[in-house]
Amino acid sequence: MALLEIKNLQIEFGTGPKPARAVDGLSLRLEAGKTLCLVGESGSGKSVTALSIAKLLPTPPARYVGGEIWLEGRDVLRMSPRELQGIRGGVVSYIFQEPGASLNPVFRIGAQIKESLQYHRPELAHDSEVIRLLRLVGIPAPEVRLKNYPHEMSGGMQQRVMIAMALASQPKLLVADEPTTALDVTIQAQIIELLRDLRQQLGMAILLITHNLGIVGDIADDVAVMYAGQIVETGRVNEVLSHPLHPYTRALIGSVPRLGNHASRLTAIPGAVPRIEAFPQGCRFHPRCPDVQPSCSLQAPELSTVGTFRQVRCPFSSTNPSTL
Amino acid sequence: MSLLEIDKLKVYFPIRKGLLDRAKECVRAVDGVSFSIEAGESVGLVGESGCGKTTLSRAVVQLIKPTSGRIIFEGEDIANLSEAALRVRRRRFQMIFQDPYSSLNPRLTVLDLIGEALDIHSLVSDAAARRERVEGLLKSVGLDPSHAARYPHEFSGGQRQRIGIARALAVEPRLIVCDEPVSALDVSVQAQIINLLKDLQQELGVAYLFVAHDLAVVEHISHRILVMYLGRIVEAGEAKNLCRSPKHPYTQALLSAVPVVDSESKRPRIFLGGDVPSPIHPPSGCPFHPRCPIAEARCKTEVPLLREVEADRAVACHLVT
Repeated sequence: MALLEIKNLQIEFGTGPKPARAVDGLSLRLEAGKTLCLVGESGSGKSVTALSIAKLLPTPPARYVGGEIWLEGRDVLRMSPRELQGIRGGVVSYIFQEPGASLNPVFRIGAQIKESLQYHRPELAHDSEVIRLLRLVGIPAPEVRLKNYPHEMSGGMQQRVMIAMALASQPKLLVADEPTTALDVTIQAQIIELLRDLRQQLGMAILLITHNLGIVGDIADDVAVMYAGQIVETGRVNEVLSHPLHPYTRALIGSVPRLGNHASRLTAIPGAVPRIEAFPQGCRFHPRCPDVQPSCSLQAPELSTVGTFRQVRCPFSSTNPSTL
Repeated sequence: MSLLEIDKLKVYFPIRKGLLDRAKECVRAVDGVSFSIEAGESVGLVGESGCGKTTLSRAVVQLIKPTSGRIIFEGEDIANLSEAALRVRRRRFQMIFQDPYSSLNPRLTVLDLIGEALDIHSLVSDAAARRERVEGLLKSVGLDPSHAARYPHEFSGGQRQRIGIARALAVEPRLIVCDEPVSALDVSVQAQIINLLKDLQQELGVAYLFVAHDLAVVEHISHRILVMYLGRIVEAGEAKNLCRSPKHPYTQALLSAVPVVDSESKRPRIFLGGDVPSPIHPPSGCPFHPRCPIAEARCKTEVPLLREVEADRAVACHLVT
């Protein structure tokens, strides 16, 4: 049994005759102890998917229209509020993009970590356990640092505190929503390394959400690429990165600036992700696709299985020229 | 003559404490930096948060008054000009900011956002000419001329950054200082903006001072690169060459942190312990020595000076020969 299995999830925002469907028939599977990266541009529905795992989206405006989210064999969407309290933190913990905005500015970080302990493991809500957690996430001199306020720490240190807080409840799944986007590349490398270490030490699964395919190879086992509310390609990380099948995956890989690449231009993806209420007819990527065919604007492609672990939503994926 | 010449620039921020509000200590954000930019050239400035790169870029366009040093732009020291005299010169150098969400006035239409720059320097004679000029600028940055009537909230981050670029271009500057113009954008949009900046440079011959923390981005757009650490330049050289064979241990670590997609081209990662130290009490000797993997005894006491180690490459490190 997988730790997390999302089946055909559909989430809408707003009401009226044409509600906006942010997530449209998304399925994902994550085994215990593994890392899955969900990749896509802003507005593709990654964060909405991530928040739905612990049913954290405010309803309204969001509505869970259909699908199932199985976490440890139980469907999150059918849980009572009390059961939901139990899985939030207890099974799945979150870290977000801007650690500065997630920490409370008026409390010392030690007290904030202790609060998480009080909820989940009250017998351990002591400074000694806080110090152990801070040491675990690589904060030097934790005895001193636990008395710091968030503003006394750098962005990288704040993100480490967030991770310590998320780990306090010993979750089985850590959802990291763009944890390094607001950080420098050097600090980004440190945080990714830390997450990889922790996964090994603690055997916890990670769902990492990012727009940068550059960091995916360092940490993921599997990748799911998302566009306009749908999965367009999934597979083992090495296969997807070395032989991307969907034109969108290829375009995302091409847009990561490479050192020593002396081509005069980066391969940018023209245009932007379509607005949620105005997804194009047919294939949602066709207006931006470099390999577009006449039939792409007519028929919406299905996600089809190619190989054991590989799925792709493009009927021309086998004939497309590989640009890499 | 260089377009811009910075000579021993220092920017210190005093920290006022106590009853008498006396400056007891100061933050040495920029501590004796010298470099130059030729016409039509782009120079990249890289470093981690807190190294002083934003302060330096703001001092160049006189948004912050430097403590000492000279900023010679087109042969004239602009560091000590009066506000009125400076305003006239500002037409020649402009800035693009990091956050496209907070750098555009939400109450102005795009026509007025860009038109304001034209008004300040009296570059257009009437409203019709103003509109025509703004529409032309929008087209040159890849936006639709009909967007002139819209407000900033109607645009995505990448489009807003294009508006920021159009606004900077409106007064036909010779130098544009770009302070992390793509750091807040998705990688796919990042590539669009970098391509646009390169195209505009070819077309208009404008020079860039391009500030960023990601060396792969900087390498792509720059002719030369300056690596900054704790208020000082630690390495400078031709862009491709510097990225191929970095000499300073800090540059080497920065390069190894660049995310790469394909695992074959992955280089061994050098992890830097900790953060950039406080610029209030910088470490003695070489400011990088507490994090440096190869530091020796003399690094703790002697400050290394930036010196030429080979043609077109300067490094501030005792151990590089």
